[in-house]
Amino acid sequence: MDSNGLSCIERKLHVLAVDDSIIDRTIIARLLKKYDCKVTTAENAMRAMEYLGLGHEQDTSEGKDLKIGMIITDYSMPGMTGYDLLKKIKESSTMSEIPVVIMSSENIPTRINKCLKEGAQDFMLKPIQQSDVKKLLSNEYSSY
Amino acid sequence: MLGLGLDQLTSDMNQLLALLFHQGVLDEQFLQLQQLQDEVSPNFVSEVITIFFRESEKLLKILREQLMDKEFSDYKKMGIHVNQFMGSSSSIGAQRVKTVCVAFRSAVEHSNRLGCLRALELLEHEYCYLKNKLHELFQIEQQRVLAAGIRYPVVHH
Repeated sequence: MDSNGLSCIERKLHVLAVDDSIIDRTIIARLLKKYDCKVTTAENAMRAMEYLGLGHEQDTSEGKDLKIGMIITDYSMPGMTGYDLLKKIKESSTMSEIPVVIMSSENIPTRINKCLKEGAQDFMLKPIQQSDVKKLLSNEYSSY
Repeated sequence: MLGLGLDQLTSDMNQLLALLFHQGVLDEQFLQLQQLQDEVSPNFVSEVITIFFRESEKLLKILREQLMDKEFSDYKKMGIHVNQFMGSSSSIGAQRVKTVCVAFRSAVEHSNRLGCLRALELLEHEYCYLKNKLHELFQIEQQRVLAAGIRYPVVHH
């Protein structure tokens, strides 16, 4: 058991982080890696869907094969929003059980509730801090 | 003396940071970035800031072009760029830049061209100041690393 108590697991948590801002992708990736996660980033929802094996006629098992353990996505993205992505994931046959976390710079209760209602695991307000990620991951690990 | 050099440089760096925090140029989010820098990622802060400079200058150029065009009326498009700038400045702790973006966004929402022009000028000014100060900070940091290296030389057998 190491100092932050979160790394005593056999396999690293593989997180898919989706954000159209390169700065935010860089920061969230570093934050997650600091807590020993494996990180893949996607610059928009379409790329994320492709990576997860969704959005074709039939959902493929790609996402499952990659063993994605969590998806963190920005809410406001051009084209398909994080909310749309959340819905697609929850509707899918392969990825619906994977926890999805929404990030947003706007603290809008109706937006937050909408996401939680659609099945989002958590909602994080930007700018994301180390303590936010720590809390998120400890909640995640405690549910094992 | 080299030993004093290191202490002086450390002091200079801390003074500059303190000034920037006091002026509200930087906020605690910048500290968050510093905390993410470690042996695994020793240049994290300068890497992120370099990306920030590159993205900001792209956005400023686009905003300048949009506002210089008297025919331009797509405030929604302008708003998207302002939001991007707001987000990135918030993420790195550039507090004053972010504050100007908030005012800029308001001018955009009211399709207030003059307000937007004023906000852009202020934004360019704040960005310029931030960039200069961060460059200064990185220069001191680089000198510090060198001085520390000389003070604690790596011994090869």
